[in-house]
Amino acid sequence: MHILVCGGTGCHASASNQLLENLKEQVAEKDLAGEVQVIATGCFGFCEKGPIVKMIPDNTFYTQVTPEDAAEIVEEHVIKGRKVQKLLYRDPVRKEIISESKDMGFYKKQLRIALRNCGLIDPENIDEYLAADGYAALGKVLTEMKPEEATKVLIDSGLRGRGGGGFPAGVKWEIARRVQGDLKFVVCNADEGDPGAFMDRSILEGDPHSVIEAMIINGYCIGANYGLVYIRAEYPLAIERLKIALNQAREYGLLGDDILGTGFNFEIEIRYGAGAFVCGEETALIHSMEGHRGEPTFKPPFPAQSGYLGKPTNVNNVETFANIPVIFNKGAEWFASIGTEKSKGTKVFALAGKINNVGLIEVPMGTTLREVIFEIGGGIKDGKKFKAVQTGGPSGGCLTEKHLDTPIDFDNLVANGSMMGSGGMIVMDEDDCMVSVARFYLDFTVEESCGKCTPCRVGNKRLFELLETISKGKGTHNDLDKLRNLGEVIKDTSLCGLGQTSPNPVLSTMDNFWDEYLAHIDEHRCPAGQCKDLIKYEVVAENCVGCTACARNCPVNCIAGERKEVHFIDQSICIKCGACFDKCKFNAISVS
Amino acid sequence: MKKVKSLADLKKMKEQLQSRIALREKSEHPDGIIQVKVAMATCGIASGAKDVMDFFITNLEKRNIDAIVSQTGCMGYCYAEPTIEVRLPGQDPVVYGFVDLKKADEIIEKYIKQGELVDGIIPVNYKTID
Ligand SMILES: Cc1cc2nc3c(=O)[nH]c(=O)nc-3n(C[C@H](O)[C@H](O)[C@H](O)COP(=O)(O)O)c2cc1C
Ligand code: SF4
Ligand code: SF4
Ligand code: SF4
Ligand code: FES
Repeated sequence: MHILVCGGTGCHASASNQLLENLKEQVAEKDLAGEVQVIATGCFGFCEKGPIVKMIPDNTFYTQVTPEDAAEIVEEHVIKGRKVQKLLYRDPVRKEIISESKDMGFYKKQLRIALRNCGLIDPENIDEYLAADGYAALGKVLTEMKPEEATKVLIDSGLRGRGGGGFPAGVKWEIARRVQGDLKFVVCNADEGDPGAFMDRSILEGDPHSVIEAMIINGYCIGANYGLVYIRAEYPLAIERLKIALNQAREYGLLGDDILGTGFNFEIEIRYGAGAFVCGEETALIHSMEGHRGEPTFKPPFPAQSGYLGKPTNVNNVETFANIPVIFNKGAEWFASIGTEKSKGTKVFALAGKINNVGLIEVPMGTTLREVIFEIGGGIKDGKKFKAVQTGGPSGGCLTEKHLDTPIDFDNLVANGSMMGSGGMIVMDEDDCMVSVARFYLDFTVEESCGKCTPCRVGNKRLFELLETISKGKGTHNDLDKLRNLGEVIKDTSLCGLGQTSPNPVLSTMDNFWDEYLAHIDEHRCPAGQCKDLIKYEVVAENCVGCTACARNCPVNCIAGERKEVHFIDQSICIKCGACFDKCKFNAISVS
Repeated sequence: MKKVKSLADLKKMKEQLQSRIALREKSEHPDGIIQVKVAMATCGIASGAKDVMDFFITNLEKRNIDAIVSQTGCMGYCYAEPTIEVRLPGQDPVVYGFVDLKKADEIIEKYIKQGELVDGIIPVNYKTID
């Protein structure tokens, strides 16, 4: 029997390492160490309900396990063969207990390629990766294929970059391969700046060797002997696991000189970023690695022509790399048979927001938003109504009810006014105000703009101010025109992808929720009741029983009233925090 | 000292290491595979179930039989321990009692390899928890 304990960042934060120790101790105490292995794995994607423990071979899936539960798991499940009921997962909608992951809606429609080893193997042990076919692709490429043949496999697979742009990975390798150069570089982009995304972190934490293996293959294909991983310093666990993996690969001779006796040399170094969104843009990332300011420069020249230290450089994203070893093991045809016509394979998404199952998922391209949100995601929290989903983070747009049956792929998302981005997916319900959503993303962009070019530096600030005016109920129709015109100009004239996409959240919420913008302007009303300046909390005299709960909880003490008498809110002091509304058990506070 | 010097080394290592995670990979599709469950509650362990389980793990692998070996709780036949349950793909599970190493060997050779029933079957009509 194997007991798999999640060692991803989410579960780690809720004491999964202590749980791991306790389980090992219990197993040893019961003298079962020979029969029962306790293994720390990468993220299962179900972080919200972590720490996760999975029992093999019966596949029992335990959620929210605390270190104190270790004894019961060993005593009951391992020894007596009885599942520990209180730790089983309960379906949020149907309320029934589901004991195996394969029966959970969350996992049913998933297909794990990039995340194949996350939650299956111990990422700190290269032997487990080798057992899972690890480095077999490298072996095959180095000994049986010429660089151009291997690159052709990648072209035929149809794999497109997962970092946002969706550029065909094989084509990019081919360009870098053809460029003449005595020194070339392979760069792995692990900057992961989208505020809602954490797939790259999870891959590096759960399966670092797959990225290392792919980078070496990349080096062989384009004629590079050096690789660099650019990772944000805020990812300590991913960095640690990557370092362990690099050392083990070196020790095994899979990284370094004369790999597998083929005469091919490759070395990988780690570079740390300070976590600026713009440093994820490839030219900015390269400047940052060179020790310059992390500011983008105009393309061309592309990194393939002049990248790190002015040398030909191939940049790919973590998730892109993680797909590559499997493509060589199972063949380009196999990969190309998954997905849609122009988007092959799968995509990892970070599901978040007002959804029942928050987490990291991987689905074939072409899966619909409805399947992702209502089947895998388990629907909207608290039975509320779905309103929109933001894909592509601060560069993307929102999709609504009418897009629910659109198959998700690179091109469909763009055609519908959003984009794939790195795979963040934030679900919004009827209580979310779309003007506020647009303002939130603009706030982020203004903060993250590097300031190098005027349209982005000044234009986004103006967009933000216009949105603020509207959310205060002081906007005009003229402001709406300005938003649209300015947005278009910023898109057309900005230097890098950050500015070129930053107006998307505004433009797409205007396209899809025009009435909501009008309500803020014409009626000075926020239909979702979110914009503080447009709402008012009042006591409904008929319902108020004078329990004083509201008055005791008001942070600014602006509610007056004697016990058992109707209370009253002083509007001039109220900060609209909503505490009274939440505390009143008698429906006696209204929001308007 | 480098551990993997050539493709042949790599393949050899993979073969040696495969069994580490085989249980995890196989458990994804348990229906198509032979399953052996050894009752390992206190009563089972006391009567030698651990040795029987280890015997199955090493010998099934040695004899190149693809199978999942796991322990399970007390099956309620404490008088007949060690007991094991064997489930061949597409068939109902069969429970054997008083399994010692010799019996275990016979079960592998006769029942698992050739589908011939072996003495020692406990007639059952029960459902295990999983
Ligand atoms: C503002 C901005 C931020 C970006 N952030 C990231 C990032 O965090 N991670 C990433 O892989 N790519 C990011 N990209 C895309 C990279 O520029 C580049 O296209 C990508 O790393 C190429 O890898 P791929 O082809 O494998 O996707 C960003 C682009 C822009 C314009
Ligand atoms: S678009 Fe924005 S982030 Fe990009 S270079 Fe210009 S100012 Fe900097
Ligand atoms: S909590 Fe509700 S019922 Fe109680 S005093 Fe306040 S308004 Fe009245
Ligand atoms: S909204 Fe907040 S500040 Fe206003 S009355 Fe209620 S509790 Fe007080
Ligand atoms: S970190 Fe444990 S499930 Fe994601």
